[in-house]
Amino acid sequence: MSTTDILFYFLSALAIFSAIMVLVSRNPVHSVLWLILVFFAISGHYILLNAQFLAIVNLIVYAGAIMVLFLFVIMLMNLNAEAEPQKHMWMKLAGVISGGCFLMVLVSLVRQATDMQNKSVLMKTGDIGLIKNLGKALFSDYVVPFEISSVLFLSAMVGAVVIGKKD
Amino acid sequence: MPIQYYIYLCLTLFSIGIIGVLTRRNAIIVFMCVELMLNAVNLLLVAFSKMHHGVALGSSPTTMVGIEGQIFVFFIMVVAAAEVSVGLAIIVMMYRNTHSVDINFLNRLKN
Repeated sequence: MSTTDILFYFLSALAIFSAIMVLVSRNPVHSVLWLILVFFAISGHYILLNAQFLAIVNLIVYAGAIMVLFLFVIMLMNLNAEAEPQKHMWMKLAGVISGGCFLMVLVSLVRQATDMQNKSVLMKTGDIGLIKNLGKALFSDYVVPFEISSVLFLSAMVGAVVIGKKD
Repeated sequence: MPIQYYIYLCLTLFSIGIIGVLTRRNAIIVFMCVELMLNAVNLLLVAFSKMHHGVALGSSPTTMVGIEGQIFVFFIMVVAAAEVSVGLAIIVMMYRNTHSVDINFLNRLKN
């Protein structure tokens, strides 16, 4: 078993465990912290796949900006474990069962798919994930979507200010 | 690493996100589970991009096949950031009106 395999299994176990803890923990602040751990594990996966640009962007945008926004909102509302609304036990059980059925159906589908047989993912090598190549592609072939996304950001900013304004 | 392992990992993360959306009533946690599902899809896109790149690398060593997947992940992150800012603004507004983040309060939207 190589180092890459060990890292893959470790990061996968960390991601799944942290994702389960996001659901299980009562305190919303703990949920946010576990979700940050999930994002770190996914960034580790990106590094393992040699997608360095996406790993850094994932850390900066998701674990840095978005999760801090979530933390601010939760602390602004002063939510804690006592104020947490709980669903009925049967509703929780039904949710878990339906989610598990969804997982089971898709896993059995993937197991039988012949397209996926004997295909492997290129680990650690390959230079499409480097900033140089992604930047070249982004600013030559995909420059129009890039500019449109800036307009999207502007409209999202205006929308957030308008919605959040006290009137 | 076989592609199936990545698919199983991403399916598990996605299903955990679905279970979270179905079982929690706190609107912020529901929103966080949606983020989790988005991240599972991102990881799967990067894995598929590397899979196609590995296949194409056998024929020509300087190929850029598969870079579209990573560009796509970048745009998903952009859209997710915009979505989070608007969504959290909506949750804050809902909290200001109802003094709760319980999503069951949202059923008053129907009448």
